Amino acid sequence: MIAVIRYGAGNVLSVMNALSRLGCKAVLTDDPEAIRSADKVIFPGVGEASSAMAYLDSHGLSDVIRSLKQPFLGICLGMQLMCSSSEEGNTECLGIFPERVTLFPKGRGYKIPHVGWNTITDLSGPLFRDTGEGEYVYFVHSYYVPLTPFTSAVAEYDGIAFSAALEKDNFLGVQFHPEKSADAGERILRAFLEGRQ
Amino acid sequence: MLARRIIPCLDVKDGRTVKGVNFVSLRDAGSAIDLARYYSSNGADELVFLDITATVEARGTMISLVRDAASCISIPFTVGGGIRTVGDVENILSAGADKISINSAAFRSPGLIDEAAGRFGSQCVVLALDARTNASLPSGYEVMVDGGRTPTGRDALSWAREAESRGAGEILLTSMDKDGTKDGFAVDLTRIISTNIDIPVIASGGAGKMEDFRTVFMEGRADAALAASVFHFREIGIPELKAYLRTSGIPVRQ
Repeated sequence: MIAVIRYGAGNVLSVMNALSRLGCKAVLTDDPEAIRSADKVIFPGVGEASSAMAYLDSHGLSDVIRSLKQPFLGICLGMQLMCSSSEEGNTECLGIFPERVTLFPKGRGYKIPHVGWNTITDLSGPLFRDTGEGEYVYFVHSYYVPLTPFTSAVAEYDGIAFSAALEKDNFLGVQFHPEKSADAGERILRAFLEGRQ
Repeated sequence: MLARRIIPCLDVKDGRTVKGVNFVSLRDAGSAIDLARYYSSNGADELVFLDITATVEARGTMISLVRDAASCISIPFTVGGGIRTVGDVENILSAGADKISINSAAFRSPGLIDEAAGRFGSQCVVLALDARTNASLPSGYEVMVDGGRTPTGRDALSWAREAESRGAGEILLTSMDKDGTKDGFAVDLTRIISTNIDIPVIASGGAGKMEDFRTVFMEGRADAALAASVFHFREIGIPELKAYLRTSGIPVRQ
């Protein structure tokens, strides 16, 4: 069973729909026991960092997430919340990755948010087993995670190369939305669902 | 490299597409879902469903269409038409739309933008702005509402800036001068809006041939281009359009 963490974030339905298109049984839940006992966990998200962390803390989910040993995939805000802190609402986050989530600089002639299809490169790790260098995936975000030793895919916007994906042990994160990235996104989700690690 | 987006627009009435659609490959040419599925697997980067249903009773049909679309297509889609309250926004988003677009209601009650962006995030709030030439206004363009029928006297750039500051995440900019002409996009209008605001602009109205897309991206600085009939009647195929744009040096998703 796949657990998709419910924490008041938007767009969860898109993830549930994508899983169902892939023939996967998933449950949307904020119950710590259901999350702990799931085979794999997906942490989706569109929303704002400080209110998302407040929800996780008040439901006892922050410690649950940190203690998980099964494959775990954070999407968009979910990946950002796995970092140590975010400039968005000056929020302390889960601290799985040591980086600080940073706002794209304004006033440089680039549109913020970074929205649309962008290429991912320097791919590594199990998520990208069926993905080619330079494939397009769909992004919508105003904050980014800088490059880190845990970066497993790179994207570039406004002259800034940033982490399109992160990987550390069982913890995986993607800044883009695989559930909205057509065929490329389905291959990435399938790699997560079928992968053993 | 961020791609420029190609967006087919489906006009929907009572759950069915209108504007004659000429797709022999579809089982049911009037089915908005079949058409959406076709586009999403044939190169479209996003879709827009525009609900042109006149009656309140038929709104439920649109919600079930949104639910069906969300379950079967894997690219982002926007729903517009007839959205007047934050409750309407919530109903559409919770049925699975990624974004909503608001037009006349936002012009008459601009607080709707703040409210929708505050509750659901700017990324899902698209301001639809219909404009036509009016040389007496500073930008040279005037905002039109009620499906482009009612002039407002408001400068189009000034309204775009206000919408951005209230939290709109994108602007869907339709030229009333060009809409339906197949004479090319309004390049000057698009450039004026796109280069003076910091959120993405989707150019709409006037697409007739592949060169029109190239021009609105290169000279109009559009972030995305939307069209309906040239795609529905297969005058332009999206894969061919993208191949053409790529050879012109414009980044597009393969």
